[in-house]
Amino acid sequence: MYVGPLRSLVDELGRLPGIGPKSAQRIAFHLLKVESEDALRLVDAIVAVKERVTSCTICFNVAEGELCEFCSDPRRDGSLLCVVEDPRDIVAVERTREFRGRYHVLGGALNPIEGLGPDQLRVRELLDRLSDGEVTEVILCTNPNLEGEATAMYLARLLVPLGVRVTRIASGLPVGGDLEYADELTLGRALEGRREVDA
Amino acid sequence: MSLYRDEGVVLRSLRLGEADRIVTMVTEGHGKVRAVAKGVRRTTSKFGGRLEPLSHVALQCWSGRELDTVTQVEVLDGFRAVREDLVRVAKAFTLLEVVDQLAQERHPNPRLYETLVGALRSLDHADAPLLVAAFCLKVLALEGSAPIVDRCASCGSVSELIAFDLVEGGVLCRSCRRGRPVSAGALDVVRLVLGGGLASVLAEPAGPSTEEVTDLATEAMEVHLERRLRSLRSSPTG
Ligand SMILES: [Zn+2]
Ligand SMILES: [Zn+2]
Repeated sequence: MYVGPLRSLVDELGRLPGIGPKSAQRIAFHLLKVESEDALRLVDAIVAVKERVTSCTICFNVAEGELCEFCSDPRRDGSLLCVVEDPRDIVAVERTREFRGRYHVLGGALNPIEGLGPDQLRVRELLDRLSDGEVTEVILCTNPNLEGEATAMYLARLLVPLGVRVTRIASGLPVGGDLEYADELTLGRALEGRREVDA
Repeated sequence: MSLYRDEGVVLRSLRLGEADRIVTMVTEGHGKVRAVAKGVRRTTSKFGGRLEPLSHVALQCWSGRELDTVTQVEVLDGFRAVREDLVRVAKAFTLLEVVDQLAQERHPNPRLYETLVGALRSLDHADAPLLVAAFCLKVLALEGSAPIVDRCASCGSVSELIAFDLVEGGVLCRSCRRGRPVSAGALDVVRLVLGGGLASVLAEPAGPSTEEVTDLATEAMEVHLERRLRSLRSSPTG
């Protein structure tokens, strides 16, 4: 269809997640059309990410340098550890401004059918972090789906015997949602997790 | 494009694009179906948790050329007791993996489907030690690949059946023996499952032959599938 550089651009774009052949073609032609400096900014951003962004050696969040912004920030509470599947989940938790502790990125969730077992997750690294006793509470913040729940149960089994407080984020109804549309798993959990109301 | 209704069990799902998932289901009337659930990853999705793997659902889909599209879904059974127990959820993963491997797209296999739903109900009710083994053996029988257990798979002798070999397809007598040794107790359990005594096998507590029968049945399934079962190798319960 296309030859030379345009062909390779379409091919490369088509390898990106969520981008089909049509979108790849559309983006390629867009890049062909825009000013050189606009296109080169994208190139620079990609190069910078590949050269400078690494993985935090403590929590495996994305980092520039050895430590991520949370591990290197002395104002964060080192006694609270929030365990997430993916660095993008840290962004979501940070947006709440409710959490002042630190993080641990597992790198996924248990998914035995896809061959993802405990050995493929950063579980040993999590246990290492608990050895000095600074962490007093581990918050299991994996996704509330089958894989995330299995991961949380698996971690709880490992962590509770260590004497650390282990909590799981609550499951319930989305704010602004309608009760009548709630599925029974979600509503069941919400009922189970009900709490006392102050007068 | 046409609209259809069916019931099914969600086997697995893959993230697609920004907020969608491709949900793989085994259905009663349409065999294995892969359908797009639009927006399901948004917390405000009308599907909510209804299309989570393991859920037994009634659904309505548009059929498409490659992928169908889920338009409505209702939960028939969420198997909550299974979800909330790591040991049981690990077993459920194996059942789902086996069915995912055997079910054919758009080719109904109602007996395989019923066997899965029955096994999940049983697992939700109680954690029977022999559930995975019984499920594998029953499904192998449906596939016409049950191991031979009533006579020597090589010479037909009925006495001194002491070995088991998956290449030969079943038990072997003392003079034909190869493969692994097998206990009389384990053979009794296998015979009982294949003979229709499933309920009594599931009611049995864990015993000396539980592990032996489970290994034998899952390996027979792996030979039949010509593939390792990942859920056993990556099991969170070891
Ligand atoms: Zn860090
Ligand atoms: Zn023989």
